[in-house]
Amino acid sequence: MKPVGPVIATAVQRALLCLAAVALAPSLACADSIFEPVGPVGRGDAIILLDALVIMLAIVVPTIIVTLAFAWWYRASNSRAVYRPDFAYSGRIELIVWSIPTLTIFFLGGVIWIGSHRLDPFEPLPSSAKPLEIDAVAFDWKWLFIYPEQRIASVNRLVVPTGRPLHFRITSASVFNVFFVPRLGSMIYAMNGMVSQLNLEADEPGTYLGLSAQFSGDGFPDMKFDSVAMPADRFEGWAAGARGARLDRAAVGALLKQSRVVAPYTYRGVDASLFDAIASRRLGPGEGPASGRSGAGSQNPMPHGDAS
Amino acid sequence: MFGKLGWDAIPLGQPIPLIAGAVVMLVLLGILAWVAVKGWLPYFWNEWITSVDHKHIGIMYVLLGLVMLLRGFIDAIMMRSQQALAFHAQGYLPPEHYDQVFSAHGTLMILFGAMPLVIGIMNFVVPLQLGVRDVAFPTLNSVSFWLTATGALLVNISLVVGEFSRVGWLPYPPLSELRYSPGVGVDYYLWAVQISGIGTLLTGINFVTTILKIRAPGMTYLRMPMFCWTALASCLLIIAAFPVLTASLAMLTLDRYLGFHFFTNEAGGNAMMFVNLIWAWGHPEVYILVLPAFGIYSEVISTFSGKPLFGYRSMVAATLFICIVSFCVWLHHFFTMGAGGDVNAVFGIASSIIAVGTGVKMYNWLFTMYGGRIRFATPMLWSLGFMTTFITGGLTGVLLAVPPADFLLHNSMFLVAHFHHVIVGGVVFAVFAALIYWWPKAFGFRLHEGWGKAAFWCALAGFYVTFVPFYIDGVLGMTRRLQHYDVAEWRPWILVSAFGVLILLAGAVCQIVQIIVSITHRNELRDTTGDPWDGRSLEWATPSPPPVFNFAILPQVHDAEAYWDVKRRAREMNGSGLEPHYEAVEMPRNSPTGFVCAFFATIIGFALVWHIWWLMIAGLVGAYATFVVFAWRDVPEYVIPADEVARIDRANRLARQEALHGASAA
Repeated sequence: MKPVGPVIATAVQRALLCLAAVALAPSLACADSIFEPVGPVGRGDAIILLDALVIMLAIVVPTIIVTLAFAWWYRASNSRAVYRPDFAYSGRIELIVWSIPTLTIFFLGGVIWIGSHRLDPFEPLPSSAKPLEIDAVAFDWKWLFIYPEQRIASVNRLVVPTGRPLHFRITSASVFNVFFVPRLGSMIYAMNGMVSQLNLEADEPGTYLGLSAQFSGDGFPDMKFDSVAMPADRFEGWAAGARGARLDRAAVGALLKQSRVVAPYTYRGVDASLFDAIASRRLGPGEGPASGRSGAGSQNPMPHGDAS
Repeated sequence: MFGKLGWDAIPLGQPIPLIAGAVVMLVLLGILAWVAVKGWLPYFWNEWITSVDHKHIGIMYVLLGLVMLLRGFIDAIMMRSQQALAFHAQGYLPPEHYDQVFSAHGTLMILFGAMPLVIGIMNFVVPLQLGVRDVAFPTLNSVSFWLTATGALLVNISLVVGEFSRVGWLPYPPLSELRYSPGVGVDYYLWAVQISGIGTLLTGINFVTTILKIRAPGMTYLRMPMFCWTALASCLLIIAAFPVLTASLAMLTLDRYLGFHFFTNEAGGNAMMFVNLIWAWGHPEVYILVLPAFGIYSEVISTFSGKPLFGYRSMVAATLFICIVSFCVWLHHFFTMGAGGDVNAVFGIASSIIAVGTGVKMYNWLFTMYGGRIRFATPMLWSLGFMTTFITGGLTGVLLAVPPADFLLHNSMFLVAHFHHVIVGGVVFAVFAALIYWWPKAFGFRLHEGWGKAAFWCALAGFYVTFVPFYIDGVLGMTRRLQHYDVAEWRPWILVSAFGVLILLAGAVCQIVQIIVSITHRNELRDTTGDPWDGRSLEWATPSPPPVFNFAILPQVHDAEAYWDVKRRAREMNGSGLEPHYEAVEMPRNSPTGFVCAFFATIIGFALVWHIWWLMIAGLVGAYATFVVFAWRDVPEYVIPADEVARIDRANRLARQEALHGASAA
């Protein structure tokens, strides 16, 4: 027999998520809301968020109401309110005062502990399918996505298959950035000299906003990318059809120069050791501004391949 | 000769900072000229610039804080209007300027707005509440203030000479390293924050010493007013946290000036370590600001409810609890760096545990109002606004403390909304409550109630209209610090927020008008009794404004509410008893040490920013010479004779007896 408790809890959580989506619907329906997740990670994160919100609201709302009620009832002009000028201690009230927040945080602490472990970005997703490997590198100011198995790479456009786990290794060739696709879920830092990992999965085909969630300098607002989820067969077709120059040390050298508003394009033929070379600082770091105070212009690193 | 400084440092191509700088300089020169013509220079020199009186230093701190608050608010207006315009467009601020604006906004608001305001209020109030005549180290106090002013001055110089930091209010490397930020902006930030940080650390030492060692006879620890407890906790945090700030910024400075590799991308530098260290300061810093704010609310709510603070011992315990736990939570600022489930969970739970301490405080304020006789004067309105606002700000903070939720909201507009929610709703509201509450004590007249209430309602409404849209934009995936964007769903909320800033502007105008109107009508608003709110702690036992020595006779404390106790006894005895035996009072002499030190510190900071080494050495020599001259002085104090003390105090006693008689007759 299936345990009933978790089933009910899950049903309640689903209902909450729907409620949040409906409540925000008028303006958020077609937007990149974190309450419209399109994958298990985003869903898990959002449910924990809503759980925590409901737990907190359960004590916050009554407290606000009581605050306003006390303030109003005990106004100086209300002759019906009893003035107790020496009422400054009550053991019973003290007990309640300490125990309400403590119990709430106890409960929430459990949610935090379980959530932090279950949704640790480094943990592989439970799935029978083999994850697709993607190596993401943040440059000034564009994202490079390397597909080591397909031996292709894509700039400022992330293409993924639906229904298959995605395993990201993420680093930065210059300053801090954060890899984030709001509707897929968890974000994580891209840091020079370090490799972060992130496991995501997309359920539904579509084009979702992707961005950097850490300010990275003057070109930061354009550090964004389209994240395209498509069925597995179409993804294979895209990977096989991706055209472009070879991604080698020279090509990375061009990427290390600062550039803004880079239109998406692809590379075919990838030197598989490049990601490790960047992550271990044998390649790079990003060059920084060409001169003085105003930073670089926007030359495009694209060699001669075709935009896709 | 002048290092990196040349004519190209003046941003002639950017009219906004140039015009703003010119206007500020004209205003300053105008004020100086006016003061000189009126012959007030000696007055300002003797009574303010060289003053070591904690009351005068406190007032100067608050003035500095208010001016910087205004400057930071102008930055905020620029950011809101830029984002309102920059949809599918570049707006009117290019990235290199916009990035300076948000960096300056954060730096100014926290370090040169909120900090001086909170420290200024502590300066003015703590010695009065403790029933003593000054802080432990009066001249050091003056040095603290002037070093803080130096930092603020350096930030504002960067407006017209060179540039300010473009990397945010915390200079995360590697972006803040020389390779990615070759300009002088980060250097201005580093030296401004270092110099003012020394001032803050000295304040912390000064106030911990004062509160632990110098209190009126009979004032045991558990008879100290709540504000003194929170000031003590805040200063303990300063002493523990500011050296961490100094050290981490010093390491970044070594990277930038001497080619070290603490945080660079080369030679094994580890930028993550900077983030770790800076938040080990940055998180306690939040509590350095908000704990004294809690103290202010405790005083105000108790006074205007006509009741003692409910659960005083609980409140003390909760304060110290927050003081300690706030040091164990800094990692929640970078859950998304991937520390793993165990670490994230421990810090997530620790962060939400702080909500226990805050929750206890909230309920104790609630029960302070219970059974009270509440007067809705402006300080009480700010406090009620705080209680209803801060609790939801705390709620969103707890949400961000849940790691999986933070994985969706980190660095988003939701986060920006959260910390404005708690800092504006917590600290700024407290500052205005305190300003109105203690203004009569400082200047001898009350502030106009009507304009104060108008300012409060505008601020409250403006706050919600400005920051609630941020929450929604955060949920929509909008990240912070965007100079332009092209997501249509974000736009409506950005426009609502821009409208909210207009309401806040109206609030700011009301607040300024309140002060001006009150000054022009000061005779009608005069506080003759020294106790305009029917207060409970010792500051209300002094006349308004208090004499330089605060208390002619150090008060004997018998109760946690020292002055309430005095008033009760006086009523019972139908008069305030016999005239005491007056003695001569020794007070510390004025000293220009602080001002002169800060003058040289400004020179040192400026010279270091521009690599003008000879000037830096000259500044160092000057500062050291100032210190030696101060150390050499023979007579640190002067004596106010007993007759003079008696003359000043008799007027106070008379006014008080009349007030008590009036009260008992009515």
